[in-house]
Amino acid sequence: MSDFARLWIYLQQGPLLWLTVTLIAYGIGDFLFLKARRSPWVNPVLVAVVLISVALVGTGTDYETYFQGAQFVHFLLGPATVALAVPLFANLRHVRSALLPMTAALIVGSLVAMLSAVGIGWLCGVRGEVLVSLLPKSATSPVALGVAETIGGIPALTAAMVILTGIIGAVVVTPLYNALGVTDWRARGFATGVAAHGIGTARAFQVNDTAGAFAGIGMGLNALLTALLAPAVAHWLF
Amino acid sequence: MIWPLAILLGCQLSGEVASRALGLPVPGPVIGMVLLLVLMALFRPLPEKVAPTAQVILGNLSLLFVPAGVGIVSQLDKVAQYGPGLLAALLGSTLLALAAGVVTFRLVARLTGERT
Repeated sequence: MSDFARLWIYLQQGPLLWLTVTLIAYGIGDFLFLKARRSPWVNPVLVAVVLISVALVGTGTDYETYFQGAQFVHFLLGPATVALAVPLFANLRHVRSALLPMTAALIVGSLVAMLSAVGIGWLCGVRGEVLVSLLPKSATSPVALGVAETIGGIPALTAAMVILTGIIGAVVVTPLYNALGVTDWRARGFATGVAAHGIGTARAFQVNDTAGAFAGIGMGLNALLTALLAPAVAHWLF
Repeated sequence: MIWPLAILLGCQLSGEVASRALGLPVPGPVIGMVLLLVLMALFRPLPEKVAPTAQVILGNLSLLFVPAGVGIVSQLDKVAQYGPGLLAALLGSTLLALAAGVVTFRLVARLTGERT
């Protein structure tokens, strides 16, 4: 056996290699994102996922081996979900000032996201656990993954759906709302957070600070509502 | 850094225990988020204590999605089978949800007599 092969086998057994690759790939994604002047098309998560996927397929490494290293990053999703309480708390006065419109927009936005995703998917011939995986896709990743697991979807597939939803939302939101003639930044931000979670929220902050704050609230509240509603909707639909 | 992290993890742990013990459909970290919200409302110095650590984590939130996103490599057969349908569902539902949310917000704001 060559020295390289021996080294490769050694590295495959520990978490160091793929943990490092994860950070470097994301670093490259973030660099390109900044280079592209924060264009929502160049999403750092998407870049990192593509780079790592190519590396895994190219080296014939399976996902389980990769995850041994990446789990340390993945684990932080839990505390990150808890941490969402902090911006939510800081924006509580905004919540009080527009309680009714926000409650209504939250319920309608969240339900439309879930039902239309499953409805359109079904019309396009998507069936089974793949269809179930679509249900929580508008919620922020840590919540969507937990929900996907609870309702019998495929968490790995949901994760990709969530990220794509965020990117689509970030790309279409400004042209869409300009076309609809909505000038209320609170409404624009809030609906963006509900429909397109963290990636949409990051986009909202680039456009307008008020929109960003309301997007953060929308994301936090939809995380909560999706967690509560999705199991019931899944039970009713499937 | 240590205490804020312990508080975040403690809330998650309590949420996880509550979720399993009571058989709730809500993921443990979400219960942890609600718990932290309540704790911050009850103990006033708490928000200031946790905020810096929370900001570091949330400031790098996108990185945390990468390992789960890479999971797509284990699902390539499903993507090949349903790719166009999934893409249509994502595009359609995201547009509809964005529009429905913003229209509802404005409609209710007008009905409840807001001026803006």
